[in-house]
Amino acid sequence: MRVLGLDIGSRSVDAVWLDDGRTVDWAVADSGFDPGSAAAVFVERGLHDVIISTGYGRHAARERFGGTAVTEITAYGAGASTLFPDAASVLDIGGQDTKVISLGEGGRVTDFEMNDKCAAGTGKFLEVMAHALGFSLEELAEEALAAESGASISSMCTVFAESEVTGLVHRGEDRARIARGLHESIAKRTLSSLQRVGARAPLVFAGGVAKNPAMVALIRAGFAGDVYVPAEAQIVGAYGAALTGNGAAATLGTGQLEATESECPATP
Amino acid sequence: MSDQTVVDYHPMWAELGLDLPSHDALLGAVGQLFGDAYLTQDNRPKGMDYLNFVMSEVHGLRVKELDDFRKAGGKVVGTFCLYVPEEIIRAAGGWCVGLCAGAEFAYDQVEQIMPRNTCALIKSFMGFKLGKVCPYIQESDLVIGETTCDGKKKAYELLSELHNVYVMELPQMKRDKDIAMWRGEIVELMAKVEELTGKKVTAESLRASIKEVNDKRRALQRIAATRAADPAPISGKDALLATQVAFYDDVPRFTQMMNVLADELDQRVASGEGVAPMGAKRVLITGTPMALPNWKLHDIIEKAGAVVVGEEMCTGSRYYQDLVSEDAATLDEMVDDIAEKYLDINCACFTPNQGRLDDVVRMAKDLGVDGVIDYSLQFCNLYEMESNAVEQTVRDAGLPVLKITTDYSMEDVGQLSTRVEAFLEML
Repeated sequence: MRVLGLDIGSRSVDAVWLDDGRTVDWAVADSGFDPGSAAAVFVERGLHDVIISTGYGRHAARERFGGTAVTEITAYGAGASTLFPDAASVLDIGGQDTKVISLGEGGRVTDFEMNDKCAAGTGKFLEVMAHALGFSLEELAEEALAAESGASISSMCTVFAESEVTGLVHRGEDRARIARGLHESIAKRTLSSLQRVGARAPLVFAGGVAKNPAMVALIRAGFAGDVYVPAEAQIVGAYGAALTGNGAAATLGTGQLEATESECPATP
Repeated sequence: MSDQTVVDYHPMWAELGLDLPSHDALLGAVGQLFGDAYLTQDNRPKGMDYLNFVMSEVHGLRVKELDDFRKAGGKVVGTFCLYVPEEIIRAAGGWCVGLCAGAEFAYDQVEQIMPRNTCALIKSFMGFKLGKVCPYIQESDLVIGETTCDGKKKAYELLSELHNVYVMELPQMKRDKDIAMWRGEIVELMAKVEELTGKKVTAESLRASIKEVNDKRRALQRIAATRAADPAPISGKDALLATQVAFYDDVPRFTQMMNVLADELDQRVASGEGVAPMGAKRVLITGTPMALPNWKLHDIIEKAGAVVVGEEMCTGSRYYQDLVSEDAATLDEMVDDIAEKYLDINCACFTPNQGRLDDVVRMAKDLGVDGVIDYSLQFCNLYEMESNAVEQTVRDAGLPVLKITTDYSMEDVGQLSTRVEAFLEML
């Protein structure tokens, strides 16, 4: 059976095509102002028998394209545990939310935590801060990684943190130290969230923010145990959604997402 | 309430001093909310027609009844909390109504006199008063507050600048001396209400009102008991509405109609008829009260395919699970019984509050739930603090738990849906 997994998120629309559990293709597009139309381009390729949608737009997508919908929590759990069969927990930092997931036997979700309505500490937060500092997203991460120490940032609210950053800039604080401080404060918050759900190692770090090397380094430094980062961290949700199309992810065993191989030396 | 002809209540609302354009807008919004949440449900019990009718007349016929009662010399007492003993008010010839506190209104005015980070319930009742859209408070000759939390305590000071307010002091522990103190508060309340109505509370009148209010609770207990069945014969939303309406409807009529509903639910259970398929995920909600028209969480859960089978909250079991003893011979003994019953309610304002944790676990088992959702209104210090103990206790009992902190706004519905659906997928 050919399954199209769609992850319609706040920043990107991701698609993964599976044929009998084997990855055929994957693609990513910007959500823009009309994520439904971005998704329609993938649907119109006509390379699927069924569609499973996840992400914020999952219900809208189900109504528009048919098929079924699962939450990002279940999708990330299925995707991460299929890519890394020994995964015990998942961290997904996306465009506007953060999820931490504890996995039980066979990749089943046993507990999770998700941020409330504010987008503190998410991809969007980093975008706003990069803008405030005059960096691109890539530069923000590079500068943070290179800085020896971080400036202290106390606000996690995007709005307050932006004013705090502006204040620091005006006081002559080094931009790289501010960038590092921002990453450190997100990492600290995320690690405490991981602790609350009792996340065990190995941890799979996925979602768009897992492409940020400074965040990866800080999570690795603070988490007790292995942290795996899929090379295509952003499409784990779409992959997981597609996997649930064959029934519970638990029954799948290891799938093959050719595009996904770790680029980090510490991962398998 | 059989007269279904359309009546224009605007003259009555104008006489009550409501801001008519704002009030029309509010009623329109509540009507739409009710339509979306309630009238879209499948296979509702027929007995819900009564509550549909009550909702269609939410600021109409019932307010007219209060209005007529007062014009004939009756006194109406408004309350915000189930600790205020309705028995005492009724025994003195008064009527008791719960006041509006379940929707966002006139927050811009509220935030001029209280902090932004005040819980939605307090902001809401203040907003309804300042925005002049609550006919029930306008019909209240006296509002009785209580010291259940610091926010309310201080809010009543602000409200007393705008309305006739009397505050009862609720102790925060349950030792003998606290019960004695609380009994004293009830005696003082009795004097206050007698002064208001001009009628003495007698052993006969109090015995009758204890029976009457117990009967209301018994009817709600009957409805609650049917929800242990799989499939559940009534949706959580409908059962919640019944408890919400219990706070302000005419007592004998409401009791009668709820018993009719309970009869129907008994038959449904006997024939295996339900509102969701057998095996649908069953959820217990525990936490802060959900004042009318706050149906947000129930709506999200039930639209995701699960069914809410119990509410351990003030708009739920805490309201009806305990009865006042009906064995007392003297007025003094009746007051003892009332004091004792009301202090049995397990609100998070008490310390310690093991009773609530026991209630949650007992209800979860009795109702056969798959998971528990702990619901706190943001900035409700008491329930947010206690949430950790609830979570631990439920986990120890072997059940999954999801903690939700939210308010009356709709901006987080997307994220809440994701969390609730993921929780249900996990069960």
